[in-house]
Amino acid sequence: MKDVEDVATADPALDFVQLLTPDGVRVQHDDFDYAGTDADLAAALRDMVLSRRIDTEATALQRKGELGLWPPLLGQEAAQVGSARALKPSDEAVPSYREHAVAWCRGIDPLELLAPFRGTDMIGWDSVATRFHLYSFVIGSQTLHATGIAMAQQLDGRVGNEDPEQNAATIVYFGDGATSQGDVNEAFVFAASFNAPIVFFCQNNQWAISEPIALQSRIPLYRRARGYGFPGVRVDGNDVLAVQAVTTWALERARNGEGPTLIEAHTYRMGAHTTSDDPTKYRSRAETEAWRAKDPISRLRTYLMNAGAIDQVWLGALEVESVALAVRIREGCISLPEPRLSDWFDRAYAQTPAAIRRQGDVQRAREEA
Amino acid sequence: MRTFNLPDPGEGLVEAEIVSWRVAVGDTVAVNDILLEIETSKSLVELPSPWAGRVTQLLVSEGQVIPIGSPIVVIDDGEHPITGNVLDVDAPGPKSPETPAEDAEPQLLVGYGAKESVITPRPRRGATVAPIIPAAEVHETYTTEQPVSRPVDEPKPTARVDAEPSGDGLPDPGEPDSDFTVPRPILASPGARRLAREIGANLEGIRGTGPNGVITEDDVQRAADEGTARDRRVRLKGVRRQMFNSMTASRAVPQASAWVEADLSATMTLVDTLRARREFANLRVSPLMIVAKAACLALQKHPQLNSSWDATTDEVVLHGDVNLGIAAATPRGLVVPNIKRANTLTLHGLTTALNEMVVTAREGRVRPIDMTGGTFTITNVGVFGIDSGVPILNPGESAILCLGTITRRPWVVGTGADERIVPRWVTTLSVTFDHRLVDGEQGSRFLGDVATILADPALSLLF
Repeated sequence: MKDVEDVATADPALDFVQLLTPDGVRVQHDDFDYAGTDADLAAALRDMVLSRRIDTEATALQRKGELGLWPPLLGQEAAQVGSARALKPSDEAVPSYREHAVAWCRGIDPLELLAPFRGTDMIGWDSVATRFHLYSFVIGSQTLHATGIAMAQQLDGRVGNEDPEQNAATIVYFGDGATSQGDVNEAFVFAASFNAPIVFFCQNNQWAISEPIALQSRIPLYRRARGYGFPGVRVDGNDVLAVQAVTTWALERARNGEGPTLIEAHTYRMGAHTTSDDPTKYRSRAETEAWRAKDPISRLRTYLMNAGAIDQVWLGALEVESVALAVRIREGCISLPEPRLSDWFDRAYAQTPAAIRRQGDVQRAREEA
Repeated sequence: MRTFNLPDPGEGLVEAEIVSWRVAVGDTVAVNDILLEIETSKSLVELPSPWAGRVTQLLVSEGQVIPIGSPIVVIDDGEHPITGNVLDVDAPGPKSPETPAEDAEPQLLVGYGAKESVITPRPRRGATVAPIIPAAEVHETYTTEQPVSRPVDEPKPTARVDAEPSGDGLPDPGEPDSDFTVPRPILASPGARRLAREIGANLEGIRGTGPNGVITEDDVQRAADEGTARDRRVRLKGVRRQMFNSMTASRAVPQASAWVEADLSATMTLVDTLRARREFANLRVSPLMIVAKAACLALQKHPQLNSSWDATTDEVVLHGDVNLGIAAATPRGLVVPNIKRANTLTLHGLTTALNEMVVTAREGRVRPIDMTGGTFTITNVGVFGIDSGVPILNPGESAILCLGTITRRPWVVGTGADERIVPRWVTTLSVTFDHRLVDGEQGSRFLGDVATILADPALSLLF
């Protein structure tokens, strides 16, 4: 694969990995290639379409008063699906709070994603079983947690084994704005110092709420990695092939004990930062329209249609599946169970002390009476 | 039949304005079809329909501001039969049995009703109530006058101790740098921003009349009607603010002006001679250098034009040296740096100093010390091809000399039979002086002396 030093010092103008153009044409890259088949790509398209539908429905549910807040992922489907599909089941994924498509790929029920935004639950999914960790609303803090998780994998002997099945790595998601946080920089330092098996996956969606990327960094973000002593790669974040190829390579480096990698997925947040935000206040319509032409889903659909891998029947079936998912989300959301006080007695300790368990039982009996 | 209550589309909003309905009574809508657009203090938001069905009632009208949680539209989804007369447009208070049950009791942070039901019962009928902050209420039940916990065997009750100063106070931080301004974002309502975008208006140029100067939709509309929507407003600051202040101050001084046309042909020859000399090889030599030197020489004879008035002692200060200011046009505006003790410099020294000053001014590197202590100023409007002008004083100085453009003009030379018109290098020199300190004779004689030297630089030997 690619020489580390080369990646770290490459010319930023040239160093932009793209394997599928916005027009849906596959192109060659010197260092990276998509290893999967067209059938794999059709599966990726399905993931992207369904996760967009989850997102659209959740945004609408917020507007109907059913959710307190929602951070839309619109436009970032390829970055999330491509990187998630590069993961092996044994890898750990640590999200920020917008990784709904990663959650989908890791098998999280979309209704579990909605619960914290509806205020009926803390984050309820099993992060140990799914290896998809809790959403982190504090900007950038999860990069430190993820570095710790990666260092733990190292201590557990999950790195650099001859048998690849023994190996594992961690991927952590954050945004361009988070790169200005101390936490992220500390995570970079730790990961580099301990050669942690981690992939720092930055979705540069160009806007940290209303602050443009130009205010966050004077150089392309991926080049910062060089200062910490590990490679950085910039990839077309709206190209699922390129994202998956680069992430696969970076995860493999990590599993082999070659240390951390920074991936800057160059993408765009087509929607608002959250449903409480109005992006027309700070960015131009022309800019958003220019990015609409780079849509991750339409380019992949175009490619697969031209390649004959999918057809209208296939797309029709996907639309039926998508509508069914939407109905399930709408109906499931309003039927999410209300939280009960008694639930809280089981949540503070890994092993609940007997006294607290007894109090919980009393409360539960009271609620059921 | 279902009733849709106004949700909270942001976090913790209490009310919203109905901007426009996208549906009418009788329309059939599908799930997620846009029903209406509302404006909150945060944004313009489109609200999608939660149900498929037929719109049977619009309960609020455009322009109305209503609290979060109010019923706004009734949709017949064919499944929930309506019973009884529960949908009274004028009294949105009563709960319909078909209203989702969650509306009836306190909710978590989900959409509607949470704030009003958790915080305080709101009057439902049209009254506006200032939102009560629950934290403040809770906080008042605690007192910080005394520690909450203290030992039972405490010898005496803890009394409040007032803070006392210790040691010397901190030094006075002084005046903030007036040039430093935090860039202020334009405050405008979402509706105003949209209108501005639609009509191509420039929000920077529109005065806001809303709270805290927020630009409202009406402000944008008014500016568009008045034809001023595309104006720009630029904050007066830095060099331009300085010019504004000093020129305003200058107008307080009674000033008089005089001017004279002069033949600068000999000066132009001198400039050519100097340019050919080795010590001037790396310098830009222009007639301005000779004018500066001539002014310094003439000022020695006419010190009133190099004086100032000390208001504190009511004395005229005749300056021992000429700190020669040169008005310079820079990208940031007018600056007048001065050359200290210019009268002591040789022509070569003066040329060097002027060259350096031009470069520093253009690059915006003029130091504050270079801008203060000036005693006399030259302004060269000739560089703009202008014949001449009536300058006004740099405050604190008693005179300013203006050099116009130097062009070939017909000039009468010789006398008697020899009298003829020949083309010569001619310019107009003007001087403005503080008429409280300089009388007309002094001003005129000074200008005459400058013109004499420029007409025949050899005569500078007389000075």
